[in-house]
Amino acid sequence: MRVTQGCFSFLPDLTDEQISRQVQYCLSKGWAVNIEFTDDPHPRNSFWEMWGLPMFDLCDAAGVLMELNDCRKVYGDRYIRISAFDSSHGWESQRLSFIVNRPKEEPGFRLERNEVEGRSIRYTTKSYAVDRPEGVRYGGK
Amino acid sequence: MNPPALSPAATEAPPIEKVDLRAEFNEVGIGEVLDQLDRELIGLKPVKTGIREIASLLLIERIRKRMNLTSDVPTLHMSFTGNPGTGKTTVALRIASILHKLGFVRRGQVVSVTRDELVGQYIGHTAPKTKEILKKAMGGVLFIDEAYYLHRPDNERDYGQEAIEILLQVMESQREDLVVILAGYGDRMDKFFASNPGFRSRIAHHIDFPDYADDELLAIAELMLREMNYKFSADARQAFIRYISLRKTLPLFSNARSIRNALDRMRLRQANRLVADLDRVLTAEDIVSLEASDVLASRVFSKSAVT
Repeated sequence: MRVTQGCFSFLPDLTDEQISRQVQYCLSKGWAVNIEFTDDPHPRNSFWEMWGLPMFDLCDAAGVLMELNDCRKVYGDRYIRISAFDSSHGWESQRLSFIVNRPKEEPGFRLERNEVEGRSIRYTTKSYAVDRPEGVRYGGK
Repeated sequence: MNPPALSPAATEAPPIEKVDLRAEFNEVGIGEVLDQLDRELIGLKPVKTGIREIASLLLIERIRKRMNLTSDVPTLHMSFTGNPGTGKTTVALRIASILHKLGFVRRGQVVSVTRDELVGQYIGHTAPKTKEILKKAMGGVLFIDEAYYLHRPDNERDYGQEAIEILLQVMESQREDLVVILAGYGDRMDKFFASNPGFRSRIAHHIDFPDYADDELLAIAELMLREMNYKFSADARQAFIRYISLRKTLPLFSNARSIRNALDRMRLRQANRLVADLDRVLTAEDIVSLEASDVLASRVFSKSAVT
Protein backbone atom coordinates (compact mmCIF):
# COMPACT_ATOMS: atom_id res chain seq x y z
CA MET A 1 0.00 0.00 0.00
CA ARG A 2 1.47 3.31 -1.07
CA VAL A 3 2.02 5.68 1.83
CA THR A 4 0.55 9.09 1.13
CA GLN A 5 1.93 11.76 3.42
CA GLY A 6 2.88 15.34 2.72
CA CYS A 7 2.69 17.16 -0.59
CA PHE A 8 2.55 15.44 -3.97
CA SER A 9 2.13 11.97 -2.50
CA PHE A 10 -0.85 11.15 -4.70
CA LEU A 11 1.26 11.94 -7.76
CA PRO A 12 3.82 9.62 -9.30
CA ASP A 13 7.19 9.84 -7.52
CA LEU A 14 8.98 13.07 -8.34
CA THR A 15 12.04 12.89 -10.54
CA ASP A 16 15.27 14.47 -9.34
CA GLU A 17 14.66 17.34 -11.73
CA GLN A 18 11.26 17.97 -10.17
CA ILE A 19 12.63 17.62 -6.65
CA SER A 20 15.32 20.13 -7.38
CA ARG A 21 12.81 22.63 -8.72
CA GLN A 22 10.67 22.25 -5.61
CA VAL A 23 13.73 22.75 -3.44
CA GLN A 24 14.68 25.79 -5.47
CA TYR A 25 11.25 27.20 -4.77
CA CYS A 26 11.80 26.70 -1.02
CA LEU A 27 15.22 28.33 -1.19
CA SER A 28 13.83 31.29 -3.11
CA LYS A 29 11.44 31.83 -0.22
CA GLY A 30 14.31 31.74 2.26
CA TRP A 31 13.19 28.54 3.97
CA ALA A 32 15.70 26.16 5.55
CA VAL A 33 15.56 22.79 3.85
CA ASN A 34 15.92 19.56 5.84
CA ILE A 35 16.31 15.95 4.88
CA GLU A 36 14.67 13.40 7.18
CA PHE A 37 14.32 9.62 7.05
CA THR A 38 12.47 6.90 8.89
CA ASP A 39 11.38 3.28 8.58
CA ASP A 40 8.22 3.73 10.63
CA PRO A 41 5.66 4.92 8.13
CA HIS A 42 2.78 5.41 10.60
CA PRO A 43 1.09 8.73 9.83
CA ARG A 44 1.26 9.72 13.50
CA ASN A 45 5.01 9.15 13.64
CA SER A 46 6.28 12.70 13.82
CA PHE A 47 9.81 11.76 14.85
CA TRP A 48 11.71 11.25 11.66
CA GLU A 49 15.47 11.28 11.98
CA MET A 50 17.43 14.10 10.42
CA TRP A 51 20.12 13.57 7.83
CA GLY A 52 22.74 16.11 8.82
CA LEU A 53 21.78 19.56 9.90
CA PRO A 54 19.11 21.86 8.50
CA MET A 55 20.53 23.62 5.47
CA PHE A 56 20.56 27.37 5.95
CA ASP A 57 21.90 30.01 3.56
CA LEU A 58 21.88 27.87 0.44
CA CYS A 59 21.48 29.52 -2.95
CA ASP A 60 21.03 26.56 -5.19
CA ALA A 61 19.20 23.25 -4.98
CA ALA A 62 22.25 21.31 -6.15
CA GLY A 63 23.55 21.34 -2.58
CA VAL A 64 20.39 19.70 -1.25
CA LEU A 65 20.40 17.15 -4.04
CA MET A 66 23.99 16.28 -3.15
CA GLU A 67 22.94 15.54 0.44
CA LEU A 68 19.83 13.70 -0.70
CA ASN A 69 21.87 11.39 -2.89
CA ASP A 70 24.25 10.73 0.00
CA CYS A 71 21.26 9.91 2.18
CA ARG A 72 19.81 7.60 -0.45
CA LYS A 73 23.10 5.72 -0.59
CA VAL A 74 22.83 4.92 3.11
CA TYR A 75 19.07 4.75 3.68
CA GLY A 76 17.78 4.00 0.19
CA ASP A 77 15.46 1.32 1.66
CA ARG A 78 13.59 3.75 3.90
CA TYR A 79 11.28 6.70 3.57
CA ILE A 80 13.12 9.96 2.99
CA ARG A 81 11.37 13.30 2.95
CA ILE A 82 12.36 16.86 2.35
CA SER A 83 10.87 19.52 4.55
CA ALA A 84 11.20 23.27 4.45
CA PHE A 85 11.12 25.39 7.59
CA ASP A 86 10.06 29.02 7.47
CA SER A 87 11.67 30.99 10.28
CA SER A 88 9.98 34.27 9.48
CA HIS A 89 7.93 35.93 12.18
CA GLY A 90 4.34 34.72 12.28
CA TRP A 91 5.13 31.41 10.62
CA GLU A 92 8.01 29.83 12.49
CA SER A 93 6.96 26.43 11.33
CA GLN A 94 7.22 23.91 8.57
CA ARG A 95 5.85 25.14 5.26
CA LEU A 96 6.37 22.24 2.92
CA SER A 97 7.13 18.56 3.23
CA PHE A 98 7.20 15.83 0.63
CA ILE A 99 8.45 12.28 0.32
CA VAL A 100 11.39 11.84 -2.04
CA ASN A 101 12.29 8.21 -1.47
CA ARG A 102 10.27 5.16 -0.45
CA PRO A 103 10.97 1.45 0.02
CA LYS A 104 10.39 -0.87 -2.93
CA GLU A 105 7.78 -2.87 -1.02
CA GLU A 106 5.33 -1.06 1.20
CA PRO A 107 3.44 -3.71 3.16
CA GLY A 108 0.79 -1.30 4.38
CA PHE A 109 -1.28 -1.19 7.58
CA ARG A 110 -3.63 -3.45 9.43
CA LEU A 111 -6.63 -2.28 11.38
CA GLU A 112 -6.78 -3.61 14.94
CA ARG A 113 -10.07 -3.80 16.78
CA ASN A 114 -9.84 -3.59 20.50
CA GLU A 115 -13.02 -4.73 22.27
CA VAL A 116 -13.64 -2.70 25.40
CA GLU A 117 -16.54 -2.36 27.82
CA GLY A 118 -19.91 -3.38 26.49
CA ARG A 119 -19.98 -3.72 22.77
CA SER A 120 -17.61 -0.75 22.17
CA ILE A 121 -14.69 -1.18 19.85
CA ARG A 122 -11.55 0.94 19.65
CA TYR A 123 -9.64 0.98 16.43
CA THR A 124 -5.96 1.39 15.83
CA THR A 125 -3.79 1.12 12.73
CA LYS A 126 -0.49 -0.70 12.80
CA SER A 127 2.10 -0.85 10.09
CA TYR A 128 3.09 -4.39 9.11
CA ALA A 129 6.61 -3.08 8.63
CA VAL A 130 7.10 -2.28 12.33
CA ASP A 131 6.61 -5.92 13.29
CA ARG A 132 10.26 -6.29 12.42
CA PRO A 133 13.01 -4.53 14.36
CA GLU A 134 14.18 -1.11 13.35
CA GLY A 135 16.73 -1.13 10.54
CA VAL A 136 15.60 -4.41 8.95
CA ARG A 137 12.00 -3.46 8.24
CA TYR A 138 12.34 -3.04 4.51
CA GLY A 139 14.70 -5.81 3.57
CA GLY A 140 17.71 -4.17 5.23
CA LYS A 141 20.50 -6.40 6.39
CA MET B 1 1.77 30.42 -3.21
CA ASN B 2 3.06 29.94 -6.73
CA PRO B 3 1.97 26.80 -8.47
CA PRO B 4 4.47 24.05 -7.80
CA ALA B 5 6.84 23.35 -10.64
CA LEU B 6 5.64 19.93 -11.64
CA SER B 7 5.52 20.30 -15.38
CA PRO B 8 8.59 19.03 -17.21
CA ALA B 9 11.16 21.60 -18.33
CA ALA B 10 9.94 23.88 -21.11
CA THR B 11 10.17 22.16 -24.47
CA GLU B 12 13.52 22.85 -26.01
CA ALA B 13 13.80 25.25 -28.90
CA PRO B 14 14.85 23.64 -32.16
CA PRO B 15 18.55 24.02 -32.93
CA ILE B 16 19.40 27.26 -34.68
CA GLU B 17 21.48 27.51 -37.82
CA LYS B 18 22.91 31.00 -37.78
CA VAL B 19 23.94 33.31 -34.99
CA ASP B 20 24.54 37.02 -35.02
CA LEU B 21 27.61 37.12 -32.84
CA ARG B 22 27.29 40.80 -32.03
CA ALA B 23 23.66 40.47 -31.03
CA GLU B 24 24.56 37.50 -28.88
CA PHE B 25 27.44 39.42 -27.32
CA ASN B 26 25.20 42.37 -26.52
CA GLU B 27 22.37 40.25 -25.27
CA VAL B 28 24.53 38.56 -22.69
CA GLY B 29 25.78 41.93 -21.48
CA ILE B 30 29.26 40.60 -21.11
CA GLY B 31 30.86 43.48 -22.99
CA GLU B 32 29.68 45.72 -20.21
CA VAL B 33 31.33 43.61 -17.54
CA LEU B 34 34.57 43.44 -19.48
CA ASP B 35 34.57 47.19 -20.05
CA GLN B 36 33.95 47.76 -16.40
CA LEU B 37 36.86 45.47 -15.67
CA ASP B 38 39.05 47.57 -17.95
CA ARG B 39 37.88 50.79 -16.39
CA GLU B 40 38.04 49.89 -12.76
CA LEU B 41 41.04 47.63 -12.64
CA ILE B 42 44.28 49.36 -13.46
CA GLY B 43 47.09 47.43 -15.12
CA LEU B 44 46.80 43.62 -14.83
CA LYS B 45 47.19 43.14 -18.58
CA PRO B 46 47.67 39.35 -18.53
CA VAL B 47 44.70 38.96 -16.21
CA LYS B 48 42.40 40.90 -18.50
CA THR B 49 43.60 38.95 -21.51
CA GLY B 50 42.99 35.72 -19.66
CA ILE B 51 39.49 36.72 -18.65
CA ARG B 52 38.68 37.87 -22.17
CA GLU B 53 39.77 34.50 -23.49
CA ILE B 54 37.66 32.64 -20.99
CA ALA B 55 34.69 34.88 -21.73
CA SER B 56 35.03 34.27 -25.48
CA LEU B 57 35.24 30.54 -24.95
CA LEU B 58 32.12 30.62 -22.83
CA LEU B 59 30.24 32.76 -25.34
CA ILE B 60 31.05 30.34 -28.15
CA GLU B 61 30.21 27.41 -25.90
CA ARG B 62 26.84 28.97 -25.23
CA ILE B 63 26.14 29.32 -28.95
CA ARG B 64 27.28 25.76 -29.59
CA LYS B 65 24.85 24.56 -27.01
CA ARG B 66 22.02 26.31 -28.78
CA MET B 67 23.12 24.78 -32.08
CA ASN B 68 22.98 21.39 -30.41
CA LEU B 69 26.69 20.93 -30.93
CA THR B 70 27.05 19.57 -27.45
CA SER B 71 30.33 18.97 -25.81
CA ASP B 72 31.27 18.50 -22.20
CA VAL B 73 30.82 21.41 -19.89
CA PRO B 74 34.16 23.20 -20.03
CA THR B 75 36.16 22.99 -16.81
CA LEU B 76 36.00 26.39 -15.27
CA HIS B 77 37.97 25.92 -12.07
CA MET B 78 40.71 28.50 -11.85
CA SER B 79 43.74 29.38 -9.86
CA PHE B 80 44.84 32.94 -9.24
CA THR B 81 48.42 33.43 -8.23
CA GLY B 82 50.13 36.67 -7.43
CA ASN B 83 51.68 38.76 -4.73
CA PRO B 84 49.63 40.32 -1.95
CA GLY B 85 47.33 43.13 -2.98
CA THR B 86 47.31 42.44 -6.70
CA GLY B 87 43.53 42.20 -6.94
CA LYS B 88 42.84 38.47 -6.85
CA THR B 89 39.69 38.72 -4.76
CA THR B 90 38.34 41.66 -6.75
CA VAL B 91 38.78 39.76 -9.99
CA ALA B 92 37.13 36.67 -8.52
CA LEU B 93 34.00 38.70 -7.86
CA ARG B 94 34.00 39.90 -11.47
CA ILE B 95 34.52 36.42 -12.81
CA ALA B 96 31.46 35.27 -10.92
CA SER B 97 29.31 37.89 -12.56
CA ILE B 98 30.70 37.04 -16.01
CA LEU B 99 29.98 33.35 -15.48
CA HIS B 100 26.51 34.18 -14.24
CA LYS B 101 25.72 36.40 -17.23
CA LEU B 102 26.80 33.64 -19.58
CA GLY B 103 24.74 31.10 -17.71
CA PHE B 104 27.60 28.88 -16.61
CA VAL B 105 26.77 29.30 -12.98
CA ARG B 106 23.14 29.51 -12.03
CA ARG B 107 23.17 31.99 -9.14
CA GLY B 108 26.41 33.91 -9.33
CA GLN B 109 27.11 34.26 -5.62
CA VAL B 110 30.69 34.15 -4.39
CA VAL B 111 31.48 32.28 -1.22
CA SER B 112 34.90 33.35 -0.03
CA VAL B 113 36.60 31.07 2.45
CA THR B 114 39.98 30.29 3.95
CA ARG B 115 41.31 27.20 5.67
CA ASP B 116 39.42 27.93 8.88
CA GLU B 117 36.03 27.55 7.27
CA LEU B 118 36.86 24.26 5.56
CA VAL B 119 38.98 22.34 8.01
CA GLY B 120 37.65 21.10 11.35
CA GLN B 121 39.18 20.90 14.80
CA TYR B 122 38.74 17.23 15.53
CA ILE B 123 38.06 13.91 13.84
CA GLY B 124 34.77 13.89 11.98
CA HIS B 125 34.44 17.67 12.02
CA THR B 126 36.01 18.42 8.67
CA ALA B 127 33.69 16.61 6.28
CA PRO B 128 30.45 18.27 7.44
CA LYS B 129 32.18 21.63 7.58
CA THR B 130 33.57 21.39 4.07
CA LYS B 131 30.30 20.07 2.73
CA GLU B 132 28.38 22.88 4.36
CA ILE B 133 30.54 25.43 2.54
CA LEU B 134 30.26 23.52 -0.71
CA LYS B 135 26.47 23.46 -0.40
CA LYS B 136 26.41 27.20 0.16
CA ALA B 137 28.59 27.74 -2.88
CA MET B 138 26.52 25.52 -5.18
CA GLY B 139 25.29 27.46 -8.17
CA GLY B 140 28.04 30.02 -7.74
CA VAL B 141 31.73 30.44 -7.17
CA LEU B 142 33.75 29.09 -4.26
CA PHE B 143 36.78 31.30 -3.71
CA ILE B 144 39.45 29.70 -1.53
CA ASP B 145 41.95 32.31 -0.44
CA GLU B 146 45.46 31.18 0.48
CA ALA B 147 44.57 27.68 -0.61
CA TYR B 148 48.00 26.26 0.24
CA TYR B 149 47.17 26.38 3.94
CA LEU B 150 44.83 23.45 3.29
CA HIS B 151 47.85 21.26 2.92
CA ARG B 152 50.24 21.00 5.84
CA PRO B 153 53.09 18.81 4.68
CA ASP B 154 54.72 18.76 8.11
CA ASN B 155 51.72 17.11 9.77
CA GLU B 156 50.41 14.04 8.04
CA ARG B 157 47.46 13.71 10.40
CA ASP B 158 46.29 17.21 9.53
CA TYR B 159 42.61 17.36 8.63
CA GLY B 160 43.33 19.61 5.65
CA GLN B 161 43.90 16.55 3.50
CA GLU B 162 40.35 15.41 4.17
CA ALA B 163 38.98 18.77 3.03
CA ILE B 164 41.13 18.55 -0.10
CA GLU B 165 39.74 15.12 -0.94
CA ILE B 166 36.12 16.27 -0.59
CA LEU B 167 36.84 19.36 -2.65
CA LEU B 168 38.46 17.36 -5.43
CA GLN B 169 35.57 14.93 -5.54
CA VAL B 170 32.96 17.67 -5.84
CA MET B 171 35.05 19.67 -8.30
CA GLU B 172 35.04 16.63 -10.54
CA SER B 173 31.52 15.29 -10.12
CA GLN B 174 29.58 18.56 -9.95
CA ARG B 175 31.39 20.65 -12.50
CA GLU B 176 28.19 22.20 -13.75
CA ASP B 177 27.06 23.22 -10.27
CA LEU B 178 30.12 24.92 -8.92
CA VAL B 179 33.24 26.81 -9.97
CA VAL B 180 36.18 26.71 -7.60
CA ILE B 181 38.81 29.45 -7.64
CA LEU B 182 41.99 28.89 -5.65
CA ALA B 183 44.06 31.92 -4.85
CA GLY B 184 47.38 32.52 -3.21
CA TYR B 185 50.92 33.75 -3.51
CA GLY B 186 52.75 32.37 -6.54
CA ASP B 187 55.60 30.34 -5.10
CA ARG B 188 53.56 28.75 -2.34
CA MET B 189 50.78 27.83 -4.76
CA ASP B 190 53.36 26.11 -6.97
CA LYS B 191 54.46 24.05 -3.99
CA PHE B 192 50.85 23.30 -3.12
CA PHE B 193 50.08 22.09 -6.63
CA ALA B 194 53.25 20.04 -6.71
CA SER B 195 52.17 18.12 -3.62
CA ASN B 196 48.53 17.84 -4.77
CA PRO B 197 48.68 16.87 -8.44
CA GLY B 198 44.93 16.24 -8.36
CA PHE B 199 44.29 19.92 -8.02
CA ARG B 200 46.61 20.95 -10.79
CA SER B 201 44.98 18.64 -13.32
CA ARG B 202 41.45 19.68 -12.38
CA ILE B 203 42.15 23.35 -12.86
CA ALA B 204 42.13 24.51 -16.43
CA HIS B 205 42.86 28.18 -16.07
CA HIS B 206 45.92 29.43 -14.26
CA ILE B 207 46.03 33.18 -14.14
CA ASP B 208 49.07 35.00 -12.81
CA PHE B 209 48.65 38.46 -11.34
CA PRO B 210 51.71 40.65 -11.95
CA ASP B 211 52.92 43.33 -9.55
CA TYR B 212 51.90 46.88 -10.34
CA ALA B 213 54.29 49.41 -11.85
CA ASP B 214 54.79 52.78 -10.13
CA ASP B 215 52.48 54.70 -12.43
CA GLU B 216 49.79 52.05 -12.04
CA LEU B 217 50.01 52.34 -8.27
CA LEU B 218 49.61 56.10 -8.59
CA ALA B 219 46.56 55.63 -10.79
CA ILE B 220 45.15 53.19 -8.25
CA ALA B 221 45.74 55.69 -5.46
CA GLU B 222 43.93 58.40 -7.38
CA LEU B 223 41.05 56.07 -8.17
CA MET B 224 40.74 55.13 -4.51
CA LEU B 225 40.86 58.78 -3.47
CA ARG B 226 38.16 59.66 -5.96
CA GLU B 227 35.95 56.95 -4.52
CA MET B 228 36.56 58.32 -1.03
CA ASN B 229 35.97 61.91 -2.26
CA TYR B 230 39.51 63.11 -1.63
CA LYS B 231 42.16 64.41 -3.95
CA PHE B 232 45.87 65.17 -3.96
CA SER B 233 47.10 68.70 -4.25
CA ALA B 234 49.77 69.07 -6.95
CA ASP B 235 52.56 68.95 -4.36
CA ALA B 236 51.07 66.00 -2.61
CA ARG B 237 50.89 64.11 -5.86
CA GLN B 238 54.62 64.64 -6.45
CA ALA B 239 55.34 63.60 -2.90
CA PHE B 240 53.23 60.49 -3.32
CA ILE B 241 55.15 59.49 -6.44
CA ARG B 242 58.29 59.59 -4.31
CA TYR B 243 56.48 57.74 -1.56
CA ILE B 244 55.60 54.89 -3.91
CA SER B 245 59.12 54.41 -5.16
CA LEU B 246 60.45 54.43 -1.59
CA ARG B 247 57.75 52.18 -0.18
CA LYS B 248 58.36 49.59 -2.87
CA THR B 249 61.89 49.04 -1.67
CA LEU B 250 60.79 48.40 1.90
CA PRO B 251 59.86 44.92 3.12
CA LEU B 252 56.22 43.79 3.37
CA PHE B 253 55.11 45.80 0.39
CA SER B 254 51.72 44.52 -0.73
CA ASN B 255 50.82 46.52 -3.81
CA ALA B 256 47.34 48.04 -3.81
CA ARG B 257 46.74 47.07 -0.19
CA SER B 258 49.78 49.06 0.95
CA ILE B 259 48.52 51.99 -1.08
CA ARG B 260 45.14 51.78 0.57
CA ASN B 261 46.71 51.70 4.02
CA ALA B 262 48.97 54.63 3.15
CA LEU B 263 45.96 56.63 2.01
CA ASP B 264 44.13 55.82 5.22
CA ARG B 265 47.06 57.07 7.26
CA MET B 266 47.21 60.22 5.16
CA ARG B 267 43.55 60.89 5.80
CA LEU B 268 44.30 60.55 9.47
CA ARG B 269 47.14 63.07 9.28
CA GLN B 270 45.03 65.44 7.22
CA ALA B 271 42.23 65.33 9.76
CA ASN B 272 44.75 65.89 12.53
CA ARG B 273 46.23 68.87 10.71
CA LEU B 274 42.81 70.41 10.16
CA VAL B 275 41.71 69.90 13.74
CA ALA B 276 44.96 71.38 15.10
CA ASP B 277 43.85 74.83 14.00
CA LEU B 278 40.39 75.22 15.49
CA ASP B 279 40.00 78.92 14.69
CA ARG B 280 40.14 78.39 11.00
CA VAL B 281 37.12 78.41 8.69
CA LEU B 282 37.26 75.36 6.48
CA THR B 283 36.18 75.26 2.87
CA ALA B 284 35.12 72.14 1.01
CA GLU B 285 38.40 72.41 -0.86
CA ASP B 286 40.38 72.15 2.38
CA ILE B 287 38.49 69.09 3.43
CA VAL B 288 38.91 67.11 0.23
CA SER B 289 42.55 67.87 -0.48
CA LEU B 290 45.51 66.02 0.90
CA GLU B 291 48.57 68.27 1.14
CA ALA B 292 52.21 67.41 0.62
CA SER B 293 52.81 67.61 4.37
CA ASP B 294 50.31 64.80 4.93
CA VAL B 295 52.30 62.60 2.61
CA LEU B 296 55.76 63.65 3.73
CA ALA B 297 55.05 62.94 7.40
CA SER B 298 55.15 59.24 6.58
CA ARG B 299 57.83 57.23 8.31
CA VAL B 300 58.86 55.90 4.90
CA PHE B 301 60.58 59.23 4.25
CA SER B 302 62.22 59.45 7.63
CA LYS B 303 63.71 55.99 7.22
CA SER B 304 65.16 56.78 3.83
CA ALA B 305 66.64 59.99 5.26
CA VAL B 306 68.43 58.07 8.00
CA THR B 307 69.94 55.39 5.81
